[in-house]
Amino acid sequence: MAEVAKFTKIQELIYELPIERVMKKEIIQVSPDASIAELKEVLRVNRISGVPVLDGGQLLGVISIEDLIKALVEGDIHAPVRKRMTTRMITVSENESVVEAVKKFAQHKVGRLLVVNDQGVLTGILTGGDITRGLLQAISLDYRAEEISRYRAKHIFEDIVSDQTSLILRYKVKAKDLKKGGNASSKLKRALNRLGAIPEVIRRVAISAYEAEMNLIIHTDEGGELIAEMQPDMIRISAIDHGPGIPDVNQAMRPGFSTAPNWIREVGFGAGMGLTNIRKCVDSMKLESEVGVGTRLEIVICLRSEMGEELHQNKGYLPESS
Amino acid sequence: MTSLRAVIEKLGLESVSSFSFSDRTVTGGYASDLLSCTMKGAGENYIWVTLQSHLNVVAVASLANLAGVIITEGNRPDQETITRAEKEGVILMVTSKTTFTIVGVLASLGVRGESPIPESP
Repeated sequence: MAEVAKFTKIQELIYELPIERVMKKEIIQVSPDASIAELKEVLRVNRISGVPVLDGGQLLGVISIEDLIKALVEGDIHAPVRKRMTTRMITVSENESVVEAVKKFAQHKVGRLLVVNDQGVLTGILTGGDITRGLLQAISLDYRAEEISRYRAKHIFEDIVSDQTSLILRYKVKAKDLKKGGNASSKLKRALNRLGAIPEVIRRVAISAYEAEMNLIIHTDEGGELIAEMQPDMIRISAIDHGPGIPDVNQAMRPGFSTAPNWIREVGFGAGMGLTNIRKCVDSMKLESEVGVGTRLEIVICLRSEMGEELHQNKGYLPESS
Repeated sequence: MTSLRAVIEKLGLESVSSFSFSDRTVTGGYASDLLSCTMKGAGENYIWVTLQSHLNVVAVASLANLAGVIITEGNRPDQETITRAEKEGVILMVTSKTTFTIVGVLASLGVRGESPIPESP
């Protein structure tokens, strides 16, 4: 199973891309009656290392720079191409994927493959360089598509003009549904990625949203809501529920204090670190709770560091835990 | 810095999901069975050693952008967990060895364990 899954993006593309997409379509060719001296000029002018030999559309062979050098060494520069070309032609079909070409290169140790269509007519030339170029281009196309959607999201705050624009994302969180733990925060993380937030901010949001989400799942009677309000310079996340409420908020904030039931602790939750983790990740935090009514946690993460400094000093919504 | 692939080979780990991401770099390590502690203690691209093997392990690894999770003492994630890990690009690896043994080998490979979030003064 590991073998099957062992694909990188490049490997995937090698299997997906048809040769036709990467081959050179303008075929530079020589006639069998051209001289080796003329061939030398064709190779030099076009900066290539080999060409197919065609006679009135009919493929007769290939001749490469290697054949040219041999002819030069033997002083055979005025011989016709026909005499020095090789007639052993390695072809691939234009519809096959690039991986077939890679195999043929490895197998035959040739510099170029002749690409033919279903009728066997020469439609292109393929070198190792063409494959590299084609793969890079395909990767950058994929990359560009992601960049474009990122760009669009990133500019939402510039494109839509108001005195104060904010984007509000609401996630409903069900109580006691541990399997869904992290779903809301994962979606929020993805949204921030799209909006072009910097990784450090994304990480802080992901951690604090996850802890808030888990609190809603583990501790509430009926679940609650995770609301992220994004503004150009800050993100405010609220976790709101309707009970049971926290009897002593200061105690709840103390690192290691936990009221989690055993079934939760057995799977690694309930360390009593949730609110402590949140506090470490945010620029401001406010926790209000009333037993029998509900709890409201509000946190702010700034996107600009100067703003964070200011807010940090106001972190005293709560007494610092010791 | 070590590559995840090297870690997998040196420790003889069995990778159960998302092996295609195994060219990731491991920048540090963290061991705990408490999820919140991992959230706090494991930095980006850290490798996490735990005996927990349930669905939430994937959520934590994905949210904290960890390099991978080594599940110890022969615990195995169920299919639902593996499927989610594949979807989220989280590499889960299993071993019959204990957390202690695995951490020892990781340390000998040069994997360090500093906490990425500095303690508040």
